[in-house]
This record gives sequence, C-alpha cells and structure tokens, in this order.
Amino acid sequence: MSVRIGVVVFPGSNCDRDTLRGLELAGAEAVPLWHEQGSLDGVAAVVLPGGFAYGDYLRAGVIARFSPVMRAVSAFAGEGGLVLGICNGFQVLAEAGLVPGALLRNRGLRFLGRDVRISAERLDTPFTSLVGDGRPLRMPIAHGEGCFFADETTLGELEREGRVLFRYVDASGRRAGEAADPANPNGSLQAIAGVLNARGNVAGLMPHPERAADRLLGSDDGLPILRSLVEAASRAARYGVDAASDRAPVAVGA
Amino acid sequence: MSQYRFAVNVLPKPGILDPQGRAVEGSLGHLGVEGVSGVRVGRRVELSVEAGSEADARATVERLARELFSNPLIEAFEIERIDVPVEAGR
Repeated sequence: MSVRIGVVVFPGSNCDRDTLRGLELAGAEAVPLWHEQGSLDGVAAVVLPGGFAYGDYLRAGVIARFSPVMRAVSAFAGEGGLVLGICNGFQVLAEAGLVPGALLRNRGLRFLGRDVRISAERLDTPFTSLVGDGRPLRMPIAHGEGCFFADETTLGELEREGRVLFRYVDASGRRAGEAADPANPNGSLQAIAGVLNARGNVAGLMPHPERAADRLLGSDDGLPILRSLVEAASRAARYGVDAASDRAPVAVGA
Repeated sequence: MSQYRFAVNVLPKPGILDPQGRAVEGSLGHLGVEGVSGVRVGRRVELSVEAGSEADARATVERLARELFSNPLIEAFEIERIDVPVEAGR
C-alpha cells in the first residue's frame, strides 16, 4: 500500500495539482488538504506547494502562516513529521519560522520563470536520499521573491550544521556566485536554494521539483527529490518519525 | 472603550538589500531630479483598535506589527498614532 502524503491547498495555491501528480509519480497516494482544516487526516508527510497563497498580500507566505492548517502543520513538524515547502510553500515555512531565513524580492526585481540548476549538498536527508549524487539537477523556478536571506550568525550555523540542502550551480556543477551570476537567479546569499530545519525533518526550496517530474516536462531531475520524500514518509508511517530522519540507505547507483 | 487609530510604517532594516528602493532611486535621473539618495521602499498599514486605554490599544498594534505586518528578520517598524477618521469614529 502506498503511503499517504498531503498537499496543502491555500486560496491562491497553483502548483497543488502538479505536486499531487508528482507525488503519485513518485509512488505516493497524494491527497489535498484544505487550508481551513485543522487536521492533517493522518498523512505521513505534508507538502506546501507553490502559488500565491492569499494573494501574497502583505508579504509572501505571511497570511497563510496563520491559517488553521498551518497550526496543524506546525504541530506535526514539532513532533518530527516530514514537511517540504516548494517555492511559495518555502516562503510560508520561513514566515512561520519552521525553517530559518527569509525570502526577499529577487535582486533583479523581476519575476523569473525559467530553468535553473541546483545541486544537493546533503544526500542523507529525507528529501535527498535518492538523489544519488551532487550532480546538477535542472528544474524550473517561478518566483518574484526568492532571494534567500539570513543574518550572518544564522548563515554560519546553516553552513556549519550542514543545513544548506540545495545550492544554485551552473551547468558544470560549479557553485553560483551571489550577485551578477546568471546561475544564481535571484541573488540568494551563498547561492542557497533550499534549507533544512535543525531537526532535519522540515525543508524548503525555491525551485519546483514537481515541474520536473517527468521527461515530458523537459526534465525529470525533480523526481528523485519527491521519491526521497515518499520513501522517508513510508518509513515514518511504518516505524515512526524517528525512522524518517535516520540516515537513509545509500541510493542505488550512488 | 474608545477607538484609537494607528499607522504602522514598515521599512527594510538598514543593511538589508532593498531592490525596490534602489530601482526608484535609479529612476530619479529620468525625472531630472538630482541630489536624492537613501531611498527605501516599505509599506504602511492603518488600523483602528477598540480598547480601554491608548496603552492597551498600542500593545495590540505592537503585537500585530511584530507578528504580521513585519518580518523581524528583515524589517523594522514604527507605530504612529493618527486621527480617527469620521466614518470609523461614530
């Protein structure tokens, strides 16, 4: 039986269907979770999808943070439950304080919708265990506020504790610079595209793995990220949340 | 209970990249304006609060400013007491 993973639907979410489909391709039973519900219906993991939750009014992600479903997501995360935020979902997690940092307006001020390359800095997390290696993964971004920011203390902590999950890289896999480097689309500090919380069970990233989950979409580089989550969620459902954050088995072909 | 009206002005913290402010500043040359610098772009929220005292009302506004209107990682805010408009004053 495939594991159940919830995808939160806020008013203004627009990647929820792609994410449900991507999770199904990755082997999960994916179910939508409405923003007004205060329970997660017993799912083994939660994904906050991309979009413009509550119109991105005030600041991207902030109003979503106070929705009933986010109270449940916070409690779930607090108990070690697996949560992945993609794009706007990352912004919601950052506003809720479930992952560190903030997402600022892109340095170039423009909304960007194009392919980027990222590489996984960690291959032993519930979100990257099946990525295999640190090769560049090609997938789209679609955001106006994706410039990762954190103060120096926090950045130092993230680097020291191995909590930078993904970084923007160029086609050859070289780490992108901070400014005026086309490989770093939004000017993120230290080219950070995705981060982990301290416990390692909550992650956010700006690029869209679900939009690169099938060759028909031009790339299926995002699928291993979703498959990692599905695999970790299966373990969590079977053996409890601590099993999900255990060091994952080495991927085939790694 | 009385009604108190406030404005909360939210601005990017000093040192935080403010691309909007920079873009606005960059456009000033097109208007033929010189000598303008340090442009920062933020937002302003106005609201009325019913409370027993101004201090109580201000405490509510402070909480909202801290938790909702601003992100303390990147933004600073100032609270300003303003006049109650006629339609909200009753």
